Amino acid sequence: MSWSSCGSSSICSWSSISYVPHDPPSKLLKRRFTPSIAQPRWKPRRDYSHINRGVSKVFGYYGLKNPPYKLDALEPYLSRRTLEVHWGVHHRGYVEALNKQLEKNDTLYGCTMDELIKVSYNNGNPFIEFNNAAQEAGDMPTLGLLQQIEKDFGSFTNFKEKFIEAALTLFGSGWVWLVLKRDAKCLAIVKTSNAINPLVWNDIPIMSLDVWEHSYYLDYRNDKAKYVNNFMNHLVSWNAAAVRMVRAQAFVNLGEPKIPVA
Amino acid sequence: MALRHLLTKKPLATQPLGILGFRRVQTFSLPDLPYDYGALEPAISSEIMHLHHQKHHQTYITNYNKALEQLDDAMTKGDASTVVKLQSAIKFNGGGHVNHSIFWKNLAPIHEGGGEPPKGSLGWAIDNNFGSLEALIQKMNAEGAALQGSGWVWLGVDKELNRLIVETTGNQDPLVTKGPSLVPLLGIDVWEHAYYLQYKNVRPDYLKNIWKVMNWKYASEVYDKEFPES
Repeated sequence: MSWSSCGSSSICSWSSISYVPHDPPSKLLKRRFTPSIAQPRWKPRRDYSHINRGVSKVFGYYGLKNPPYKLDALEPYLSRRTLEVHWGVHHRGYVEALNKQLEKNDTLYGCTMDELIKVSYNNGNPFIEFNNAAQEAGDMPTLGLLQQIEKDFGSFTNFKEKFIEAALTLFGSGWVWLVLKRDAKCLAIVKTSNAINPLVWNDIPIMSLDVWEHSYYLDYRNDKAKYVNNFMNHLVSWNAAAVRMVRAQAFVNLGEPKIPVA
Repeated sequence: MALRHLLTKKPLATQPLGILGFRRVQTFSLPDLPYDYGALEPAISSEIMHLHHQKHHQTYITNYNKALEQLDDAMTKGDASTVVKLQSAIKFNGGGHVNHSIFWKNLAPIHEGGGEPPKGSLGWAIDNNFGSLEALIQKMNAEGAALQGSGWVWLGVDKELNRLIVETTGNQDPLVTKGPSLVPLLGIDVWEHAYYLQYKNVRPDYLKNIWKVMNWKYASEVYDKEFPES
């Protein structure tokens, strides 16, 4: 992975990169960043290592962002305990493992998150999930996203049924995604196993659902169907999906806009 | 026309008849646990045993039966694409039934011999293949913890080479998918449903504790059946 490719804009920037010119790894902080979708993403600070003699290495690490809502805000569909463990333990574990890998492997340094995912294939990818579930959620998508869903699936109900079916027929651990396919230029439902992200197939994720057992076992035990239905009816944040759709449309040409004939 | 239909129809007598005159597919039912749900505490909680046995294993069996019926139907009709399409459901649900049936026999309460190290030919074979029982346990725990996602970690024996092996399989794949001559002696379920309620995400703790209720007697029996002389 060359340095020149790292200037490319990222499709979805989930995590915050902080460049710390001098500090050795032990002093590196795991900073908590204030959550907000509207807030601009952190920009990497300048690399001053070349003007400072004493420095031999520059480190960039990923931090764990807070989800954009309080941990008990998703009750009664997802308990506070589930979020505490899923975000606080599992997600944090993925981030720490990721940082450890970055420490070891210099060539990965400086890449955007999407490039990392493509290179490492089965990387941890729960970042997108916490943006999916939002406090004022459920209902239906609106405007452009709804139109595209209706175009590609027939109706929103049909899409919801297909999504739920995909979630229930996924064997083992994995994720179900609503992606915008770059080549086919349409929306599609995709299942991935373990921690694979559709970015590796060059598709753009719009919305996702974690169907690893750890994401619902504490609240629903083995009742996966109830969890998936509750997610689709009450938890999915179409606002966040709409934001991602807008960004995605910058990369995929979905055809001529419909101009009404007079 | 009715006469012609009767003459060309296949005689039912060539197929074994059920009550209604249809060929019946063998259905499976949930095997009983050889101990109480709470008998494996504190290594595995009774709530987990309850859910694992009555919900998860039962679901595999139900879906396996359903898939077998659909398969039988498709085979009778000669519908090749449906037959192939059903293979993944059969592998998953059938594998789940096979694996869990072995799993319940692999565990035993402490007062019934759970956790007692193997003696006899299996004990000797373990020392021969891995150096010591501790080394084997360490190896299996390491592989189990490193497994990404859902799956099983197995201690098996290669029938043809007469060698013990440690293998992992993903999802509900039975050990035989890793080699046709492999026979499972012990299997540990590392799907999250097997430990999450008690151990949360700390799979290594679950792996460390499950050895306290491991039924080595069963493993020895299976091993001796394969290699009666040694």
